[in-house]
Parts: sequence; C-alpha cells; structure tokens
Amino acid sequence: MSAADEIEIPTGACHMCLAIPGKVIEVAADDPTSALVDVVGMRRRVNLGLLEDDRPVPGDWVLIHVGFAMSKISEADALDQMRTLEILGECEAAVQEVRGLGLEEIEEKQAP
Amino acid sequence: MKYVDEFRDPELITKAAEEVRRLADPNRHYRLMEVCGGHTHAIYRFGLKDVLPANIELIHGPGCPVCVLPMGRIDDALSIATDSNVIFAAFGDMMRVPGTHGSPLEHKARGMDVRIVYSPTDAIKLAKMNPQKHVMFFAIGFETTAPSTALTLQRAKAEGLHNFSVFCNHVTIIPAIRAILDSPDMRLDGFIGPGHVSTVIGCRPYEWIARNERKPIVVCGFEPLDLLQSIVMLLTQLKKGEAEVENQYKRVVPWEGNRAALRAMAEIFELRPYFEWRGLGFISQSALRIREPYAEWDAEQRFNVPGIRVTDPKAAQCGEVLKGVLKPAQCKLFGRECTPENPVGALMVSSEGSCAAYYNYEHRKAALVTSLS
Ligand code: SF4
Repeated sequence: MSAADEIEIPTGACHMCLAIPGKVIEVAADDPTSALVDVVGMRRRVNLGLLEDDRPVPGDWVLIHVGFAMSKISEADALDQMRTLEILGECEAAVQEVRGLGLEEIEEKQAP
Repeated sequence: MKYVDEFRDPELITKAAEEVRRLADPNRHYRLMEVCGGHTHAIYRFGLKDVLPANIELIHGPGCPVCVLPMGRIDDALSIATDSNVIFAAFGDMMRVPGTHGSPLEHKARGMDVRIVYSPTDAIKLAKMNPQKHVMFFAIGFETTAPSTALTLQRAKAEGLHNFSVFCNHVTIIPAIRAILDSPDMRLDGFIGPGHVSTVIGCRPYEWIARNERKPIVVCGFEPLDLLQSIVMLLTQLKKGEAEVENQYKRVVPWEGNRAALRAMAEIFELRPYFEWRGLGFISQSALRIREPYAEWDAEQRFNVPGIRVTDPKAAQCGEVLKGVLKPAQCKLFGRECTPENPVGALMVSSEGSCAAYYNYEHRKAALVTSLS
C-alpha cells in the first residue's frame, strides 16, 4: 500500500460546490460566530460569521458551504435541498463532507 | 411536506417540459449557457437534453473552479510544499488534479505532507496542531468559497497565527461571462445563472448582461424542475424580445446577495490585474489576491513562487468546448487520450467539468427520463 492510500479521498460530486442544509442546535456562548449544527444527522461546529447581519438562532436552518453557513433558509427549503442532494446523487458526498468537518475527527481517521 | 411532495411530482416536470416545447419557436435555434458546473452535472445526471426539444441547445459554461485552474498554479503550490516544513492542505476535490509531475495525492505518495481539509478553518486547526510546521491552504473556488477563505484569513491575523498561509486561486464569475460574450465565435441567446455564487453576489451583478448585451439571464436552482422552469422563463423573455435578470432560485438566493460575505471579501481580497483561466486564456480582473495588510498570510508573497506556466497539449480543445463551439465528444482526445481517470484537459478533471459530466452520464439514462417516456 502506498502512502496515497492512507487518506480517504472524497468521491463523486465536487465537494466545495455542495450546499448542505443543517439545523442550528446551539450557538457558542463565548463566540457568536460558532454554532453546533445538526447536519445530515451529525453534529458539527459550523461558522456563522457570514451571517452576522442576520444571526441564526437555535432552531433555524442554514445552508452550509465548506463549513460556513452561507444563507438562512426555511425548514421546507432545507428538506427540499436535502432531496436535491439525494436526486443529484450527492448524498454520499454530503455525508463524507460533513463527517470530515472538524479536524479532530480527521486526525483520528488519519492516525495509523 | 406538501411542498416537497409537489416538487417530487413528475407531472410538474412533464408540464414544464410541455411548456418549454410550447414556447420554443420551431424555426429558431436556441443556445443557452448554464454558467455553473453544478448545473452541468445536474443536466447530464437527469438526461435533461432528452426532455428538451432538439432546437434548444445547452452550452456548458466556465463555472467549475477546478476545471479552469491552470496546471501551473498546482505546480507552483506543490513546489512550495516540497519544503519538508510545509504542510499542503486542500479540499478533497484537488487531490487527484494532475500537476506536471503528478497530483497532490501522488506527491503525498512520494513523501509530501498533504492533508485534506473540508473547511479552511480546519486548515487553521491543522496549523495550531503542528506549531513547528507551516500549513499552506490551497484556496480555490468562485464567490461561493472566497468569503470563507476571507474570514479564515481574518481569524489567522486576529489570532496572530504565524505558521499559516493561503495560496489563493479564487476567481470571480462575472469577468468569465464577459470573456465568453466577447469572444467572436460565440453566439448565445441567454444564460442559466449560477445558483450558489448568486447567494453571495446576488442578482444585480448580472444586470449588464441584460442591459448592455440584451441577453436574458435566470438565476437557477439545481433540480430538474428548477432547470426546466428557468428555461421556460428564458424562452418567455426571448419570445417577448425582453432581456431581464430573473431569479428562479428565490428560496435560496436573495436579490442583494450576502452583504456580510461581500464585506469580508472586500476587506481581504483585491482584484488581480489579470489571471489565466484554463481553456479561456488570460482574463483581466478575473481573480482575487490577498491584500497587503495580510501579506504575511499570503503564500505567494511569503514564499518563492516559480510562476510555472503549462500549456495544454495542442490537440486539447478545451477552449472551444468551454465556449460551446464544440461538444465534448467532438474533441479529438475525448474518451481516448482524455478520460476522467487520465484527464488531459481541464474539463475532464472534475465531475462538474463538461467533458467528465458528458463522459459519465451521456449513455446512462436517468430515472427521470425513463419515467417520462
Ligand atoms: S476531451 Fe479532454 S482535452 Fe478534449 S476538450 Fe475535453 S477536457 Fe479538453
């Protein structure tokens, strides 16, 4: 096995172009730009800095690009977006993407 | 979820397809460009071409960031990372993209410290976890990802993180559209506007396309129904002889875009005088570089960058395909020398490149089309 086999390369769709919906669970008390977000069933730290003009609160849905919430959307639109990913065959890519968010997890995965 | 069920309904799609046929003038040939690679991907995946009348031709635009990046940029970044002190961090999408001497993944196999990150903020964490090393984040993307890089740079500076830098390849969509409209062999009737880029820039930046170029443009979502509805909107405008900017993707895209994201970009980035696009050549003011106050975090200012330029093989016809003059399969290399496993040209590199999308999906009938026939 070469070293190249050790990292899990995301497959399928272009990951940086994915928009993944998530539901804000909790905004960090000490940092209003950091939130715990439920994304496709996983909890991840997502950066809210790009929504500083209209800060999401727990219960709000957001669309996430590369770990940053880019827009607030309605719950119906969030579910719709999830289905878009599904019919585009991008669900697996989205799950890989979300699983990868947060480096601690990556490091664990990369540990021998 | 009524809304969702409604969208799921193939009847709506059939209706929209009928509407397209009703509106399309049989004596006219329509050339519509979808700017965004995500749309190209969706169009092939759904076999949308089979639902459209033959006189509506979809031209695949330049909106795939991996595809338009010149190979020399990858070579430049990899050359910085040959220093064993440097960790090369990039999105997974970059890992298999070939440089002259192989992809980042192949460099890793030869001992380079290459890491996948899913967010630029993870590159910051990586720098904190490896204080004795320098982490260089290979930033890429249109306005969809540039604001995230901007906030990441702000944070690196605010935290005084000195072992972190960004190799910036961010490009902007409007100059690319302009270059395409300016090219003499190009004739287009309208544009299917990018969805996620517009979340950031909004719809206003497209107004010159309508006003000066007299071409309609409809900002569009990514479902088959979205694409069909946008085509209906374009045909309606064309029928009336109008040229407007319309927003079909209102559920996600606000007309004004995301002001906070635009502010962050303006603070951190400035326009490069020019930048090379693979397949399109040099386009003035089409890319972003990091402003002076952030020079310490700019890999290009911090390291010696060789400035490598690699031209694609002469037989590669990416430029013609990008401009819609040729279809992917008309390129002499398509499917022979150039395949997704072994890409020669830019458009075969990412799953959103039109050659790769064509290669992967053309012969695969999507469930949608089968269900319609
Ligand atoms: S087949 Fe390859 S070389 Fe030809 S246009 Fe497509 S990407 Fe370029």
